[in-house]
Amino acid sequence: MKPVLLTRFDRTERVVHWANATLFLVLVATGAALYIGPLSAVVGRRELVKTVHVWSGLALPVPLVLGLASPRRGRALRADVGRLNRWLADDRRWFRSLGRDRSVRFDKFHPGQKLNAAFVAGAIPVMLLSGSIMRWYKPFPLAWRTGATFVHDWIAVLLFVAIVGHIGKALSEPEALQGMLGGNVDPDWARRRHPRWHPVAPAAPATPARAGRD
Amino acid sequence: MGTDALPSAGTPVGRRIFLGMLGFGVGGVLVGAKVSDLVGRVMAPITSRDRLGISDLFPGAGGFRIYSVVGYLPKRTDAEYQLTVDGLVGTPLTLSLAQLQAMPPTHLVKDFQCVTGWRVHQVPWTGVRLADVLDAAGVQAGGRAVRFWSFDGSYTESLTMDQARRADVIVAYEMQGGPVPSVHGGPVRMYVAPMYGYKSCKWLARIEVTSDVIEGYWERRGYDVDGWIGRSNGRSDTPV
Repeated sequence: MKPVLLTRFDRTERVVHWANATLFLVLVATGAALYIGPLSAVVGRRELVKTVHVWSGLALPVPLVLGLASPRRGRALRADVGRLNRWLADDRRWFRSLGRDRSVRFDKFHPGQKLNAAFVAGAIPVMLLSGSIMRWYKPFPLAWRTGATFVHDWIAVLLFVAIVGHIGKALSEPEALQGMLGGNVDPDWARRRHPRWHPVAPAAPATPARAGRD
Repeated sequence: MGTDALPSAGTPVGRRIFLGMLGFGVGGVLVGAKVSDLVGRVMAPITSRDRLGISDLFPGAGGFRIYSVVGYLPKRTDAEYQLTVDGLVGTPLTLSLAQLQAMPPTHLVKDFQCVTGWRVHQVPWTGVRLADVLDAAGVQAGGRAVRFWSFDGSYTESLTMDQARRADVIVAYEMQGGPVPSVHGGPVRMYVAPMYGYKSCKWLARIEVTSDVIEGYWERRGYDVDGWIGRSNGRSDTPV
């Protein structure tokens, strides 16, 4: 008999996540080809790479905005954004102990996930703004173009670190990754790792979420 | 909603980080040029001699960025390299790298300024004055301009004869204290110190003496033909 699974991310959240992930991957790859000298030299074709980078960047916020704006389908996504936004006393305690405090009880999202989410959410409009000034520099003062390049480069490096960390964490915890792939997780895992989200065994069998990737 | 209910507990720290990032981004655009310039100056002793280009990855350090207009890295070994000097000259020349290196060398330590904004401070360059190369071939009376051809097959550039004869315009075979690397246009490239980087033709294959200045690759795409640093392309950088 299959154990009753717990829904962690609904279809909208997974679609938004993987659309985001794909765009980010294209942006990192084309950005690297524009920024890292030896790579630029090998890839060349500066105009084409630039065009792909700019259009992927402009498309980046679209899935998230559409998801958030959907009245019915975006409900779970909006609820999770609310959860990511709110830092509990335990989250702060966890950061203060530099992750060593074992008595901390995690919410649906780990404090590190909350920090990552806030950073990436803030980075997107900043990258859009600075990238747009770099691409359409004509109407702006010269110093803004240099300033925008400076900001864009720095956030790109930080984003790269955040993304590598995010993927590393996902691969090191298969159950969490499964939550984003199929949508469902094992309730025992949820109780163990996210007790504030799922404190007790479900009294009634939870609605089985659709399995498989979307 | 059961377990997915929105918790009212906690503090909206996420929103504060989000807004803080926006503030940092806008502030960074406004003052980033100054910060970037400062970082560039502080890092100059490293970037000007960093042949591996590791410091180029450090944002704002002011290292070189590699631009190529074709889809591959043009390569020519030192042994097979040849520089042709022809056009309106008395004696067309074909110079090997060794022959160039046998001519009286000129050493410059000067900035490299790109028209897109980045600048590498105090780069050491070694090469032969373009004037010496032109004199070796003998410019004919009608030769009033010089055209550079890159062996990437696409790029060309030009200078007037007066510009070409300046002491700070060299046919460079060394930069940053070693041979000019392939990504920087090696084995031989132009270094036109007082003008923006696009005038310093990389992967130099041919110098043609012409009667008039002919627009180069970027000039056909809107850049100024006289690319003086700080006095062209709508920019106000410090001259080199």
